[in-house]
Amino acid sequence: MLCDVCKCNDATVFLTQILEGKMQKVNLCDACSKEKGVQDPTGFALADLLLGIGAAEEIEKGAPTQKCPVCGFTQADFKKTGRLGCSTCYLTFAEGLKSLLKAMHKGTEHVGKVPERAQRVVELSDRMRDLTESLQKAVAEENYETAASLRDQIKQLESELTP
Amino acid sequence: MKFANVMSTAGEWLRGEGPHHQIVISSRVRFARNLRNRAFPGWAKKAERTAILELIKPQVEELTDMQDSFSELLQDLSALEKQVLVERHLISREHAAKGVGSAVVMNRKQTLSIMINEEDHLRMQSIRSGLQLKQAFKLADKIDTALEANLEFAYDPRLGYLTACPTNVGTGMRASAMLHLPGLVLSELINQVVQAVSKIGLAVRGLYGEGTEAMGNLFQISNQTTLGEKEEEIIARLTKVIETIIDKEHDARQVLIQKKSNTLWDQIGRAYGVLTYAHAMTSKEALNLLSIIKLGVDLGVFPEDRRLPIDELFIDTQPAHLQKSSQQKLTAEERDHLRAQIIRERLKLFPKPDIGKLVKKAGNGSAAKPSQNE
Repeated sequence: MLCDVCKCNDATVFLTQILEGKMQKVNLCDACSKEKGVQDPTGFALADLLLGIGAAEEIEKGAPTQKCPVCGFTQADFKKTGRLGCSTCYLTFAEGLKSLLKAMHKGTEHVGKVPERAQRVVELSDRMRDLTESLQKAVAEENYETAASLRDQIKQLESELTP
Repeated sequence: MKFANVMSTAGEWLRGEGPHHQIVISSRVRFARNLRNRAFPGWAKKAERTAILELIKPQVEELTDMQDSFSELLQDLSALEKQVLVERHLISREHAAKGVGSAVVMNRKQTLSIMINEEDHLRMQSIRSGLQLKQAFKLADKIDTALEANLEFAYDPRLGYLTACPTNVGTGMRASAMLHLPGLVLSELINQVVQAVSKIGLAVRGLYGEGTEAMGNLFQISNQTTLGEKEEEIIARLTKVIETIIDKEHDARQVLIQKKSNTLWDQIGRAYGVLTYAHAMTSKEALNLLSIIKLGVDLGVFPEDRRLPIDELFIDTQPAHLQKSSQQKLTAEERDHLRAQIIRERLKLFPKPDIGKLVKKAGNGSAAKPSQNE
């Protein structure tokens, strides 16, 4: 049996984990098991390993030749390390990461702590969404006076949102 | 604060005084944070890593909770010193492998440890004795809020805090408790518990163990997911599961006392005999035997005032602690001899196990579940 990671050496390490009722198996060769930290139990979780491997494939589907504009990270790098290059990578590889995160976590959206600085941006964005909806409604109803006033408010908000 | 001070004082969390401290050794909460638009440590070049370190380190050192702290660059610590910190769970194994561009800052009580440029730019960890996840969370949260005032963290309104590994994205929080479960192991119920816990999205790991094997009957249980659930909800869910496990452990111990008291007595007697007379002992054997003695203290077979010396031996017999205290590098064989010697010395005045206490406790029905502040 060949190693699931490098696909060239014979697998000597066989791992099985039951995750949410589904059995998952991974076969690794000696070198890959060392590289993945399988022999270092404190830093190792089979789930991470599995998801790391799956993750690389997911990203591949989404963005075949994409490179992060901020840090220059590529999908091949992710495949190798299972880690991303910088915070902007989450945007660059958003498409591929979507299904990966869905499989990995309880939900797809953050509902926890919000940093104070981000809090203000969130409030402004919410207001922007409300204004845009009202504008569309006003235009549909041919209420141009209201529409003009809403458009001005949106412009004002836009200048606040872009630093 | 010097490294010698770190060595000479045990972490406050080791002096088990928290709730359920017989079974829950410690509670830990760590947050992962990164600076916006900067390469994560694993991808950043050395110069950028150093620049990030220089940006973060002063902010961490200035925290009010970090007055009189131990702050050291990883390249300035010896391999042995790093290993001591790993054995105390103050830094991760991964962090110990780092050199230039990484640092660790911890408070005097060793209840707060901040790793700079581990897998993420910041890993802040708060440690408490016993089952106190909520309290550990509060401190970590406070530190995070304080740092956020001067550092701009990578955050996305939809995905939350952005981390190097997608498994941490969202809250960036990992909450965990270290449990001592000899009752469940001896009655062979531990696998059932581990499976049940894994099914509800929590992870169970052996503490120092290789693979799934847990040495010293110590298990670490933590949240597996970080996205789609509030921090407080994760803490509450984890706490509830741990309370259930504590009940199961108490039940298992009662069943052992009532139905398998001979086996239990034999285990305690053997552990006592080997620890007090052996002249060579691996750290794995030491942990497993010390675990049984610790169970004996819990059950009243040994006096309560012997609890701390046993708890301290769990840490002091680890390889790096042995070598650090003997101030020299030792071969595995030398370590095994020294370990046995230290244990023999510390147990010299240790009273013999008193089986009467065990039998009496089970017999007169006073063996009901201990109160929360056991």
